[in-house]
Amino acid sequence: MDIFLQLTVSGLSTGMIYALAAAGFVVIYKASDVINFAQGDLLLLGTYLIFFGVAQVGLPWSLGVAVTLLLAVVVALAVERLVLRPLVGEPIISMIMVTIGLSSVLRGITGAIWGPNPRSFDSFLPAGDLVLGPATLSTARVLSIPIALAVLAGLGLFFRHTRDGIAMRAIADDQQAALSMGISIPRVFGVAWGLAAVSAAIGGMMLAGIVGVSPNVASIGLRVFPVVILGGLDSIAGAVIGGAVIGLLEVYVGFYVGHGLNLVVPYVVLVLVLMVRPYGLFGKEIIERV
Amino acid sequence: MSLDCGVFHTRYESDMGLRPRPLQRLRLVTLALFVLVFPFVASPYWLDLANQVAIATVGAIGLNILVGYTGQISLGQGAFMAIGAYTAGLLTLNFGVPWGASVFAACLVTAAAGTFFGLPSLRLKGLYLAIATLAAQEIVEWGMTNWTAVTGGTEAIVLPAPVLLGVRMNTNFNFYWLAVLTAGGTALFAANLMRTRIGRAFAAVRDQDIAASVIGVDVFRTKLLAFATSSFFVGLAGAMIAFHRNIITWERFTLSTSIVFLAMIIVGGLGSIRGSFLGAALITLLPAMITNLGRAIQDTAPQAASLLPYAQQAVFGIVIILFLIFEPRGLSKLWENAKDYFHVWPFAYRRGESRG
Repeated sequence: MDIFLQLTVSGLSTGMIYALAAAGFVVIYKASDVINFAQGDLLLLGTYLIFFGVAQVGLPWSLGVAVTLLLAVVVALAVERLVLRPLVGEPIISMIMVTIGLSSVLRGITGAIWGPNPRSFDSFLPAGDLVLGPATLSTARVLSIPIALAVLAGLGLFFRHTRDGIAMRAIADDQQAALSMGISIPRVFGVAWGLAAVSAAIGGMMLAGIVGVSPNVASIGLRVFPVVILGGLDSIAGAVIGGAVIGLLEVYVGFYVGHGLNLVVPYVVLVLVLMVRPYGLFGKEIIERV
Repeated sequence: MSLDCGVFHTRYESDMGLRPRPLQRLRLVTLALFVLVFPFVASPYWLDLANQVAIATVGAIGLNILVGYTGQISLGQGAFMAIGAYTAGLLTLNFGVPWGASVFAACLVTAAAGTFFGLPSLRLKGLYLAIATLAAQEIVEWGMTNWTAVTGGTEAIVLPAPVLLGVRMNTNFNFYWLAVLTAGGTALFAANLMRTRIGRAFAAVRDQDIAASVIGVDVFRTKLLAFATSSFFVGLAGAMIAFHRNIITWERFTLSTSIVFLAMIIVGGLGSIRGSFLGAALITLLPAMITNLGRAIQDTAPQAASLLPYAQQAVFGIVIILFLIFEPRGLSKLWENAKDYFHVWPFAYRRGESRG
């Protein structure tokens, strides 16, 4: 039972980081219909920026987090302005390839600066273990769950109550109508990329604390797809549930079944969801079907 | 198909020819001469690169049939090449099938697999299809590394060098002829395919699937046919990779492979045979050139060597982004522009300029 509890906490904490990455993906998709293959690299950027700020420059924690978020937003805004905006209205294949190109550039740059080796790093999440009944849990992992949930709840509230959030929903609903109501689409696209960068950077910073700083962090970018397809491409709540389900599934399968099946089971789920319910658990039931 | 100003066809044969104009024939002959002379003057290093380009061209044309001509996005290129490579390799190694037969079998098996993975395209479009093929890629990749009994897992499979007309294909010089003939044959087949009823049906499905079904194109059948035809050549490329190095390793067939091939057809030009070749050449040669550049400046900047892989990665991404933003129709269109410029040189008017 204690093993089960440990697995559950570990799966949930991984799942919540998936959810953070997925939420950024959802925000961008909702606002601009762009499928962002560079989401994992935004995470990677967050991981390396906090490492750079705190471990290499020696900033205090609070300042390091602030600087990381700020730089992540700056990078995202630059990317949106320079790379994505010229391609508005291009076919899907162009959108997919441009974010893949972006991912390659980001990986090349971070690799050139910080190299291929994992770096050690004292996390801002407290080290040590939390003994809960029969189970011993890593404090960092336990803490990452409420942090992620708070950020995701914040995103949800943003969509419901702020001016930009409502504008974003309006654009997602009907771009033409939103335009005619005087909503500035460039501004909304910028906000979307900024938010995606913040959410990914927070995920990346927590990963730095949980699994350490290494280029492998970017591989989470691909895990986002099962999560968002399961939850629904345009739903923040879906990203949370999808993240939790995929995270848990991975650790359970990894422990009880083995054979590296944990790496492939999210994609099997993805295929099944696409066959049965392509709009996901919470997505809008509008899907381009043939 | 554009008609050229001042060219009047008086016979059906010339009207239907692939290369009707004298200048086009001259260019073709020049290219053929270059291909014939190249292996005798090139160093082994360049021959190896040329073979890689030829194989990549086959794969890129295959992918272009699906993505460029039929408009179905696939991120599963690596997986299909793996199916081709492993089928050809294992048939030869375990069952002693002659390599030619096993390559052909590999093409057929890959075509069948492609049709199977194309089934979701009957229900899914655009990005959903892209994500479904991404899942297929990941699942095949897992199968490749974990189905140890058949694929040898992460161990490499070593193959005997193929023998053609008594010549062992164990050097790049010998393999060159095989690779070039295959690439040329593939290009010829694809160019002609697009002039047939089936090829036109592919383009109709890409441009407007509903309109296509209205004018009597069976959309489902056409899409599956596109998946099958495309995968046939992708499998051929995979089998050639296996026999080029006489070794099969799973690292050659990952998601990055899929991305590299997509980059080839984006940079070369979607829906263009010439573009498939140009893109394959550029994307294959680019990392090699960056490596050479790095070696050249190694003495003045010793730290450059360690940065090489990252420079390759970043430049790869930048090339994709720049082409998408500034010339979405790729190298093929640039070549066309250059031709048009000289077509009526020294006059400034260019064909198609009014269209922007």
